[in-house]
Amino acid sequence: MTDDMTDHILRMRGITKTFPGVKALQDVNLAVRRGEIHAICGENGAGKSTLMKVLSGVYPHGSYEGEISFDGQPCRFTGIKDSERHGIVIIHQELALSPYLSIAENIFLGNERTRRGLIDWNRTNAEAAELLERVGLRENPVTPAMDLGVGKQQLVEIAKALSKRVRLLILDEPTAALNDEDSAHLLGLLRGLRDEGITSVIISHKLNEIEAIADSVTILRDGRTIETLDMKAGEVDEDRIIAGMVGRDLEHRFPPHEPRIGEEILRIEDWTVHSPTQHGRVVVSGASLTLRRGEIVGLAGLMGAGRTELAMSVFGRSYGVGISGRVYKNGREIRLGSVREAIAHGLAYATEDRKRYGLNLIEDIKRNVSAAALGKLAGRGWIDDNEEYRVAEGFRADMNIKAPNVMAVTGKLSGGNQQKVVLSKWIFADPDVLILDEPTRGIDVGAKYEIYSIVNRLADQGRAILVISSELPELLGLCDRIYAMSAGRVTGEVSRSDATPERLMQLMTKEKE
Amino acid sequence: MAETTSGKVTTREGAPAGGGLPSPRAKAPGTRLSVNLRQSGIYVAFALIIVLFSVLTGGELLSPQNISNIMVQNSYVLILSIGMILIIIAGHIDLSVGSVVALCGAIAAVLMVEMDTPWPLALLVTLVAGALIGAWQGYWIAYFGIPAFIVTLAGMLVFRALTLTVLGNQGIGPFPDEVRTLSNGFLPGYLGNIGLGPLGGADLFTLLLGLAAVAGTVGTQWRARQGRIGYRQQVDALPLFALKMAAVAVVVMTVVVQLARFKNLPWVLLLLALLVLGYTLLTNRAVFGRHIYAIGGNVHAASLSGINVKSVTFWIFVNMGVLSALAGIIFAGRLNQAGPTAGNGFELDAIAAAFIGGAAVQGGVGKVVGAITGGLIMAVINNGMSLIGAPSERVMLFKGLVLLAAVAFDIWAKRRAGASAG
Repeated sequence: MTDDMTDHILRMRGITKTFPGVKALQDVNLAVRRGEIHAICGENGAGKSTLMKVLSGVYPHGSYEGEISFDGQPCRFTGIKDSERHGIVIIHQELALSPYLSIAENIFLGNERTRRGLIDWNRTNAEAAELLERVGLRENPVTPAMDLGVGKQQLVEIAKALSKRVRLLILDEPTAALNDEDSAHLLGLLRGLRDEGITSVIISHKLNEIEAIADSVTILRDGRTIETLDMKAGEVDEDRIIAGMVGRDLEHRFPPHEPRIGEEILRIEDWTVHSPTQHGRVVVSGASLTLRRGEIVGLAGLMGAGRTELAMSVFGRSYGVGISGRVYKNGREIRLGSVREAIAHGLAYATEDRKRYGLNLIEDIKRNVSAAALGKLAGRGWIDDNEEYRVAEGFRADMNIKAPNVMAVTGKLSGGNQQKVVLSKWIFADPDVLILDEPTRGIDVGAKYEIYSIVNRLADQGRAILVISSELPELLGLCDRIYAMSAGRVTGEVSRSDATPERLMQLMTKEKE
Repeated sequence: MAETTSGKVTTREGAPAGGGLPSPRAKAPGTRLSVNLRQSGIYVAFALIIVLFSVLTGGELLSPQNISNIMVQNSYVLILSIGMILIIIAGHIDLSVGSVVALCGAIAAVLMVEMDTPWPLALLVTLVAGALIGAWQGYWIAYFGIPAFIVTLAGMLVFRALTLTVLGNQGIGPFPDEVRTLSNGFLPGYLGNIGLGPLGGADLFTLLLGLAAVAGTVGTQWRARQGRIGYRQQVDALPLFALKMAAVAVVVMTVVVQLARFKNLPWVLLLLALLVLGYTLLTNRAVFGRHIYAIGGNVHAASLSGINVKSVTFWIFVNMGVLSALAGIIFAGRLNQAGPTAGNGFELDAIAAAFIGGAAVQGGVGKVVGAITGGLIMAVINNGMSLIGAPSERVMLFKGLVLLAAVAFDIWAKRRAGASAG
């Protein structure tokens, strides 16, 4: 391709990366203009992360085909240190801070401020404080990293990148784990850095953010470049990006659904939970809510509002101490002292963090599907593994889990397919009440639609579904009724017809009166 | 009749995999070999080591008396490795088993020799003592939340100290004949000898037991295969299935014939065979066994799936205590004395057996048969090298390198499989 007059800081041409048996990238091109925010979009497995690993030297020169030029110079990075010397810094989705080290120590890790071979603590902390100022984080540099929330840790990572005199900042799903407030701050910071002349490449699933912040978007699909869109030209909206990502028009983001709501099935009254780590701190305070058969109920709230804590403490006290309150199932008060009892009473909870809390990643689909209801497959303590196979195969076909067979290890499935395995596990336990915590986090658009369809189907079977989500459009599109939580309290309840993002946001940010 | 032989992937249970429907052709060509290699590597290595030492010892390794010796001399470590593999699958470790072996041997000796307790009662009391020791450690690990490494390191010291106290710092013996027979002795020739042509006379009862074991194995495998076909799962093609069964039959019958030619079946081998059978069933088919794998694979997910993590953890340590007591009795009976240094280093042998046998350091992976094979690999190395007169430091060196190589191979194979998945 001939160079036009545009000033490109980065050009990747004809990148092909092959793993044994898999072509992860095929002839991918990427051109990033100096001083812009460039988004990379694509479904899971489209090759976004692989491309960034090629760029940052995680996959060194020689392990891929194609060429990279940075600032007009051809580059052959031998490793991540090498690319950092050129000013390319990548911040991975899983943050890599050392929990017991201070903010300042983390920022200068591997790059220590020294005097005559010893660490110069005054300089370290003073320079760290300057960097924190730049990223807008008001914390003492000697605070241990583990005392910070995810959002603040993300800012420390960026401060660390700035300390390396970054010129091209790569962020892999930076806002995936952040609440709206922290996301907004982060996006504002990226804009500020752009004004200072730092170019950013951002991988994100959150299309509204991309629309808000990106100057151009490159779309990958199946390891190939599909197109690069100029966001300034206008006319590019979320639907346009989705169309590029999935290769077809997604008429609607949410499947149509006609709810058939029945009688009350679960009622939680005056539920209060204390923090297990911080003595005396109230995490959920006097929360009450009701679920009905066939109803999809949303639970909105910012991070730290106590939604997950509420759900997990109800689910057999798997979170929290000093729990008080009452739970009624079909009008009768029940005791949920352990997860086992909760399952026996027909509750299920699909966690927000499926890799850490939801799946046994080294086991196959079959054994994950059966994990919560093994008793159904076992007579007198012995498991019928043929029956287990049949059940799991049934779910694989039914839920459209993309795997050659149910002996496939779940750790190697994509996020969407992993989520379907988690759902299968709970559906097999046949619950009346299904709590779904962030059911589509980190899942691509096509798989989200499938998950929504499954949720609708489960509701139609007469189950009650409680959906916890940080994405307001998801709650608005999916739920029949939405509760909002703020600072541990249920601050309001909105029916589908009355729900607007503004109304919910108001309830979600409501202070204690 | 025979399903397609192509596209077959063998899973960890040795169960044939692959949907009954369109077969998993999509898999990368390289993956299948490495997956298979990772699972069967240990058996291949075992076979190679046997061949190597057979050649080096001029066939003496496989002589009737030597096979019998290998089994009897290593039975206690093999018994320990069964308990250890369960603990390692659950993601824990037990460093105290050597000391527990010594303490239980000492308890049995005091009961039988000094207090003249009838031997069956003494055995029972010793096993209960082992269970209580396991319960003690299980409590701290499961319910109090102290890492097993620390609890059992403390146990290693505490139980050794108790051993010395119980024994008054000296060996106690001799043991009653029944206990010595259990450790060292052979089944009586119930049915007399028969001639095997050039191989000479052999015990008929032992041969019949061997045949029954082979028939039982083939029968169960065949039923399992038919069951899978009934559920339209992919299974080994008939010729391959037959080949595997033939291999099992040849290996079992070789050992059995050699044993029958020497004396009869050692009692400990019978005991060991029953334990292997029982614990294989437990890990493969029982809900409890499945819970152990689930905990080792992801303890949070297990807990949120309603598995009682604490109780399962507690009971695998109780189980380890009972097996340690059993090993302690057998070891003491074999030496005909309970000594203060009994069981020194057994924990390391048992741990090494589990890891050579394919257990994963992070937990969640491992098989009883694997641990036994790992233990036998070390046993054959010990035995073979002593037959050729190698000094003990060289034996230790070789065993150390084999352990390192086994785990290195496992990690390498895992990484390869991971890389191809991208």
